[in-house]
Amino acid sequence: MTHTANDYYVPHGSHWPIVAAIAMFMTVIGAALWFNGELNGRMVLFIGLGLIAFMMFGWFGTVIHENLQGMYNDQVDRSFRQGMMWFIFSEVMFFAAFFGALFYARVLSVPWLLGMDSGFTTHDVLWQGFNEAWPTNGPGDVGGEFEPMEAWGIPALNTLLLLSSGVTITLSHWALKVGDRGRCVLWLAATVLLGMTFLGFQAYEYIHAYTGMDLTLASGIYGSTFFMLTGFHGMHVTIGTVMLIVITLRAAKGHFTADNHFAFEGVAWYWHFVDVVWLGLFIFVYVL
Amino acid sequence: MSTATATYDEHHEHGPDKGLIRWITTTNHKDIGTLYLVFALIMFFIGGAMAMVIRAELFQPGMQLVDPQFFNSMTTVHALVMIFGAVMPAFTGLANWLIPMMIGAPDMALPRMNNLSFWILPFAFTLLLSTFFMDGGGPAGGWTLYPPLALQMGDGFPFMIFAIHLAGISSIMGSINVIVTILNMRAPGMTLMKMPLFVWTWLITAYLLIATMPVLAGAVTMLLTDKFAGTSFFNAAGGGDPVMYQHIFWFFGHPEVYILILPAFGIISAIVPTFARKPLFGYSSMVYATASIAFLSFIVWAHHMFTVGMPVVGELFFMYATMMIAVPTGVKVFNWVSTMWKGAMTFETPMLFAIGFIMMFTIGGFSGLMLAIAPADFQYHDTYFVVAHFHYVLVTGAIYSIMAATYYWLPKWTGNMYDERLGKIHFWLSTISVNVLFFPQHFLGLAGMPRRIPDYSVQFADWNMVSSIGGFVFGASQLLFLWMVIKAIRGGEKASDQVWEGANGLEWTLPSPPPYHSFTEAPAIK
Repeated sequence: MTHTANDYYVPHGSHWPIVAAIAMFMTVIGAALWFNGELNGRMVLFIGLGLIAFMMFGWFGTVIHENLQGMYNDQVDRSFRQGMMWFIFSEVMFFAAFFGALFYARVLSVPWLLGMDSGFTTHDVLWQGFNEAWPTNGPGDVGGEFEPMEAWGIPALNTLLLLSSGVTITLSHWALKVGDRGRCVLWLAATVLLGMTFLGFQAYEYIHAYTGMDLTLASGIYGSTFFMLTGFHGMHVTIGTVMLIVITLRAAKGHFTADNHFAFEGVAWYWHFVDVVWLGLFIFVYVL
Repeated sequence: MSTATATYDEHHEHGPDKGLIRWITTTNHKDIGTLYLVFALIMFFIGGAMAMVIRAELFQPGMQLVDPQFFNSMTTVHALVMIFGAVMPAFTGLANWLIPMMIGAPDMALPRMNNLSFWILPFAFTLLLSTFFMDGGGPAGGWTLYPPLALQMGDGFPFMIFAIHLAGISSIMGSINVIVTILNMRAPGMTLMKMPLFVWTWLITAYLLIATMPVLAGAVTMLLTDKFAGTSFFNAAGGGDPVMYQHIFWFFGHPEVYILILPAFGIISAIVPTFARKPLFGYSSMVYATASIAFLSFIVWAHHMFTVGMPVVGELFFMYATMMIAVPTGVKVFNWVSTMWKGAMTFETPMLFAIGFIMMFTIGGFSGLMLAIAPADFQYHDTYFVVAHFHYVLVTGAIYSIMAATYYWLPKWTGNMYDERLGKIHFWLSTISVNVLFFPQHFLGLAGMPRRIPDYSVQFADWNMVSSIGGFVFGASQLLFLWMVIKAIRGGEKASDQVWEGANGLEWTLPSPPPYHSFTEAPAIK
């Protein structure tokens, strides 16, 4: 049997997956204990999260090392690419559940509570005085009076920021493809900066909502959908920014070549995905 | 040649590690497939023990053995364990073992992630089962976890939710691996329309999993925040709606039932041609039927909710869409029967289970059609008729296909033939007892016996006792299966490479048992 560099690389055993499984186990046990009011759970949670970070350094480090050694052929590269695409598809479906909840509440459950369509008995028997259309915290006024979030301030600015970050990462990709490492790193750094500015604004918006507008996670269905959608999105922007920082450093170290830079493209796709989700959020959560 | 081999032996020409470390760190598709299958078998017996508790309690009217809360957690966790712990991991185990061998690949596409997909599962189910020992006990609101009932669970609640999250992450990663393996790792010449149907059905199943498991994750995340963070997704006072949970859940839940049966279709489509000694009838129509079922599975979810309150146009849409699934499913049953038509048939144990599958899955399919009729469903909803229906498709459907697959490929995996006499006894005992177990439940349901209740009126007593007796015999028969598997692993008559006279496909060209790495060199495809 002869081997060529074209063989599909199959790694021999790895201890990282079991570290990952234990780390995830600890993380969720810690979180569950914390939810149940056991404050010691936080310790377990943070150890779990620390282990996850450690695992990622180790696991991804191994993969990067193998890649730099030239152990991966085009077919392995394709596996990574397809894997990343399907992962992003699963993320799309995760957001779809929350968008679905938003649409259901706005198109069906709130109008039914108002007595429309087939909801008239519910309205007459249970919630007679209820007459608040969207944005609402429901007939029980859950969470108390609040002020809904305005679209044309910070959120509009954030839209601009994220859209431009989509442009800068593409410029960086173009630079990488012609082998201009300096410009590649520069545009990547600009993307990181835009991402961080977005997160800063978002944090400011949250603080303002909680302190100045009485808008909280507990403000009925409006607060629930607003914070869960923007919150999960913000979490993804944070993860995306960390990923961007990693590839910026890797690009600066010269890890990427014009025709071998899966990590760069994976992160770029992820970033565009986060971008598109934001557009959905901006339209359906803020504007409409 | 030897030097070339030497430079690569670090990662290619090695055997497995020794001892426990082999199983914990393995990246080999066969090792991981074995882990999945062993795990599934363990969970099958844990879930089965819970079923025995349920049938023992229902042996006679009145309260017999356990208190109602514990009974409810038995029905709930029996379902969660059987679905997420037994059937799904068993199919993933089969996918791991077989897909690389069937498409001529050296291994799965992402071997390290493959290991992680498996090793999350024991932790997830430790979490789930640990809730029994917490304040408030295990989940008892039904496996569908409808709020507000599910939210009344005790300290175990967040542990159960996170168990579902972890199991979901595991299946998503497993599915990504399956899809990428199928799309990227086929040997040259193995075009999509030459793939064995098991590979096709798994490709579509994996797509369904990636599309729906994140939706379940979203739904249970909303449960979690409704309980702990003050959100109002399922609280009408806050503008939400408990029925919204049901919609989100069943958007996952309905494709999920096809996740539990499509790989079974693939298995049956492999076994029937072998023992009929004829090629599969209507290969391409099988592929299109599978794809149609997958598509339809996304637009029928509310047939689980006919009685919950829905506009009439919704009832009608979901009723007709559901009935349409009978068409591609009928195509499949027709093709299996046509494959057997005028075949040179023999009836070894895998074939017996496959024929059992075709007959009894069809019964389950027909009772499903009855349930799909919205006006009639108002009578059947939440009765034992539903229980009978989904046990016919899951036990005599999904589980039977897994049994058939085990008998069919075990000689390939272990190199040893199983005990044919024992296999036949297992089949007949199971098939007679499973019908004694579930068929009377149709009558009970039509007579109005509600599901998930530990006690019942005396007019239901006779059939319940019959059903319980069938249940105990069925449970005991599965110990035979365990014994048969252990026996074949430990030794027995050596199997040839092809094992079955009529078997076709790349996996049968490898030795029995196959080498640690399947195809280090791409095989030639006819």
